Amino acid sequence: MKDVREALMVSRNTDGKLVRRPLSPHLQIYKPQITTAMSILHRITGVALAAGSLLMVCWLVSAATSPEAYYSVRDFTVSWLGRLLMFGWTVALLYHLCNGLRHLAWDAGFGFEKDTYKSTGLAVLAVTAVGTILIWLVVLLGGAS
Amino acid sequence: MADAKDIHVDIMRSELGRARGMGAAKSGVGHWWGQRVSALALAPLTLWFIYSVLSLGSASHEAVLAWASGPLTLVLLLTLAGMTFYHMQLGLQTVIEDYVHDEGKRLLALLLVKGAAILLAVTAIVSILKIGL
Repeated sequence: MKDVREALMVSRNTDGKLVRRPLSPHLQIYKPQITTAMSILHRITGVALAAGSLLMVCWLVSAATSPEAYYSVRDFTVSWLGRLLMFGWTVALLYHLCNGLRHLAWDAGFGFEKDTYKSTGLAVLAVTAVGTILIWLVVLLGGAS
Repeated sequence: MADAKDIHVDIMRSELGRARGMGAAKSGVGHWWGQRVSALALAPLTLWFIYSVLSLGSASHEAVLAWASGPLTLVLLLTLAGMTFYHMQLGLQTVIEDYVHDEGKRLLALLLVKGAAILLAVTAIVSILKIGL
């Protein structure tokens, strides 16, 4: 055995004998669960937000360039495609933010009980949905359009 | 699964090396901490940014310039930009390291993402300063 990753899977059993520690089964074995679905969604929304940051930079650059550039970006953000992108960005941002706080709580050692991670997961989904609706009510009704 | 008598470990890595867990890059848990601390900073900054964008609505160019030239706004915007792209490149690094297995492609992808993050961050910061100062 020459590979350190393989060697790290070697341990001793209660008799003191060297054994290969078992590997957990791969993804396909499990049925989908809220925990795994939300985990991969955290990653997907993170990558989506990275793409969305381009729009934020465009907005800043246009405001720094000229009124004409700024208004053309603003016109894009209120077009149907712009609105769609902004809506997706809102959902991704709220989800990643709320689920990120959930991750920080885990990192601090809280919330690992089976019932807790299910209820916090559902809470993240609920806050994302309600938050998105509230934000878009303000956008569409609050004279912000 | 192999029998116990088949298992023979002959790597040179010390137990101390394993315990420190620094790996070949010698950076240890720096990446992990960087991602958590920037996340902590981004949570309030993001909420502030959403509130600001909603307040601005479809503001005129002059209104945006006036908003961004407030000293507090300027500081928060610059911090938001820095933290966003720092957090972004750490996250994308993890994704790339997980899914791109070819050593050369992985290095190329990492260099591209890190380079793009730096360019975007500098572009955002220059724009913010130009608007706000």
